Amino acid sequence: MEVAISIITGLMIIGALYAIHAKDLLSAVIACGIVGYGLVICFLLLKAPDLAIVQIVVETITLIIMVAVVLDSSREERYLKPDPQGYMSIVTAVLLIVVLFYFFRLAAASLDVFGNSTLRMADAYLERATDRTGSANLVTGVVFDFRGYDTLGEATVLVTAVLGILTILRIKGKK
Amino acid sequence: MTVIVKKTTQLIAGMVFLYGIYVIIHGHLTPGGGFAGGVVMAGSFILLILAFGSDFMHLTKEESGSTLYENLAILVVVFLSVSGLLYGARIFFLNWLPKGTAGELVSAGMLPLYNIFVGIEVASSILTIFLALVIFKEETLE
Repeated sequence: MEVAISIITGLMIIGALYAIHAKDLLSAVIACGIVGYGLVICFLLLKAPDLAIVQIVVETITLIIMVAVVLDSSREERYLKPDPQGYMSIVTAVLLIVVLFYFFRLAAASLDVFGNSTLRMADAYLERATDRTGSANLVTGVVFDFRGYDTLGEATVLVTAVLGILTILRIKGKK
Repeated sequence: MTVIVKKTTQLIAGMVFLYGIYVIIHGHLTPGGGFAGGVVMAGSFILLILAFGSDFMHLTKEESGSTLYENLAILVVVFLSVSGLLYGARIFFLNWLPKGTAGELVSAGMLPLYNIFVGIEVASSILTIFLALVIFKEETLE
């Protein structure tokens, strides 16, 4: 399973890199879709169907909206001149990557084996969630009962985003 | 769009809507829930608008309606979470309805209610965002 996840993660990285460098914006958007749908397969392999359903639906809707927006534009990325002092940023980026990987390796060595839970809280949820909430789907039990505040926050974030979009995209009100 | 796209949309849009309702109502039994089902429900409307154009069923006029449903649904969720306080507890999100047996459709107390209203909220939010973009484009063209 780890081999499959590694291959899919590699594909996602290639898709993300292609999305940055594509001249046509439509192919860049579709390359972004590779990242999203690869994540769906990763979630399914890691046995998280709830997250996979949410991710596949949201990814599809986002892709539709972004394709509609790109088809309305000129579809071409504007040509940017290469920065003459660009080598400094490259050197900085490589240094940063090396330092990050070093410390990430140190941190990962002290963790448990991949897939084993490190939280004591998880065992309590797994054992008692069905009795406490009466819900057969443990994810819903945790999301709406034990962690109800988080869900309320997510819903409020969505409402705030809609209010912001309605405020910005208002031509008649501005006149 | 062509006739093929329109006919397929006519056949599929209703089923997509029903599937969204199924995912929401069975959220406490099977994978899914309010967020996923709400986005599926919004997807059926987006499918109709994309296939039949923005003036289909005067859907673009419904922006104020979907905003109203969205705000009402989040208000109901807040009231449901506060309703435990009236029952004598000191915490939000008290599951004070009877639990029933796990695995049946009517069980788990308040969780199906949260799922339904969060589903309405998510569906109308996504639809409002899409309608706002469509209306913005139409107003810019004028």
